[in-house]
Amino acid sequence: MNIWHIIVSSAPQLLAAGIKYTIPIAIVSFAIGLILALVTALIRISKQRGAFNILRWIASFYVWLFRSTPLLVQLFIVYFGLPYLKIKGIFPKGIQLDPVVAGIITFSLNTGAYCAETIRGAIESIPRGQWEAASSIGMTRTLALRRIIIPQAVRVSLPPLANSFISLVKDTSLAASITIVEMFEVSQQIAAANYQPLVMYCEVAAFYAVACTLLAWLQKYLEKVTSRYVSPMN
Amino acid sequence: MIKLEHVHKTFAEHKALVDISTEFPEHKTTVILGPSGSGKSTLLRSLNLLERPESGTYQLDDLTINYAEPISTATTLDVRRRTGMVFQGFNLFPHLTVLQNLIEGPVHVLKHDKAAATKEAQELLAKVGLADKADVYPNQLSGGQAQRVAIARSLAMHPDYIFLDEPTSALDPELELEVLKVLLKIARDQQSMIIVTHNMAFAQKVADKILFVEDGQIQFDGSSQDFFNTDNARIKAFVSAMTFATLD
Repeated sequence: MNIWHIIVSSAPQLLAAGIKYTIPIAIVSFAIGLILALVTALIRISKQRGAFNILRWIASFYVWLFRSTPLLVQLFIVYFGLPYLKIKGIFPKGIQLDPVVAGIITFSLNTGAYCAETIRGAIESIPRGQWEAASSIGMTRTLALRRIIIPQAVRVSLPPLANSFISLVKDTSLAASITIVEMFEVSQQIAAANYQPLVMYCEVAAFYAVACTLLAWLQKYLEKVTSRYVSPMN
Repeated sequence: MIKLEHVHKTFAEHKALVDISTEFPEHKTTVILGPSGSGKSTLLRSLNLLERPESGTYQLDDLTINYAEPISTATTLDVRRRTGMVFQGFNLFPHLTVLQNLIEGPVHVLKHDKAAATKEAQELLAKVGLADKADVYPNQLSGGQAQRVAIARSLAMHPDYIFLDEPTSALDPELELEVLKVLLKIARDQQSMIIVTHNMAFAQKVADKILFVEDGQIQFDGSSQDFFNTDNARIKAFVSAMTFATLD
């Protein structure tokens, strides 16, 4: 069979799987992950004491847990493991999740843990003088964060956050292992039928590469927009 | 009026402020002088609660604070809304234009109308000679311009007192002059100011009152005239050294 024919004929199926699963799972997971990351980072840098210490401990534990265990194992625990978590009165039959939901939950938690550290680092990199200037004009800590610190931290954190998103797009291929028929799973199915694994896996790799290249361009554009006040000529 | 009584502050083993008691009169300019590391900046930052002394009382007009007791967030905000601070390193908000720097506090802290705040900010920029810089970002300003913006940002909050922590020490003499002229203009408007500086000529010109601080203690508390005509050997040596340093 002609290689180009294989590539052209399988491309629509791969593209459809990408549009239906890979891209939505990556975008939704990253959006949820970013919210989780921001909340986690704010808890970790908070100066509140007392009961807040427990929240800070939970946030630290969450980051440690998801950064210290493989993503594939996390996916298996959520999708294959939770059905065995039977709690009388609440989950008598275990926690059965739709594979897409299980995937989104896992990817969100995983990316949230990594991005939390990125955001925390970015916030902590803003010079102390910015906090002092904000408080010297009467801003509360929350207002200073919202108006002064976070807008500057966004610029600092953009490259590593974009890296995390690009990694996530590629990591969604692991969703194939929990029965989600995303792009990589589709390529496996086609390869099993046409006995052309090299062509199919190279083709799906090219699809991921194109998606990630587009994201890298988007990252460059966003960096330019958010750095307009850094460049001497804007 | 600001009044301090028996204020103590230590950093680890270092005594930064030792039994400080003094007053800072309203509508006057008080200059704090002293060698590096003498506690001048700590004293100034204690007035804005950026530093918390361990003991002593701080009276800001009708508000009295006991440093030994916990200070509520509301009290801290109250102090900071009554006072303005100008830093040695300017600390302008780099992601905001000059105009946005000036209206940030009035609009988001004081909840003033944005149009009115903008109009006033433009007037303040004209006052400090930077009317044409409203739309540029701080990274496009010289040091002297940045510090004048910082002063205007502080004035935009209509503080009862402005504290200036070595406002010109990061500037070369030419740029320093730009800032000093603006400060003299503000002093003539009877704005209450407390300034930490090393510039003797400026201190002599602007100060109604001078505090000389050394080793965390007030060694002189009096009028500018008395300070520069004193027979105190230590003060004479200090003024002489600093004047030489300024000329140098």
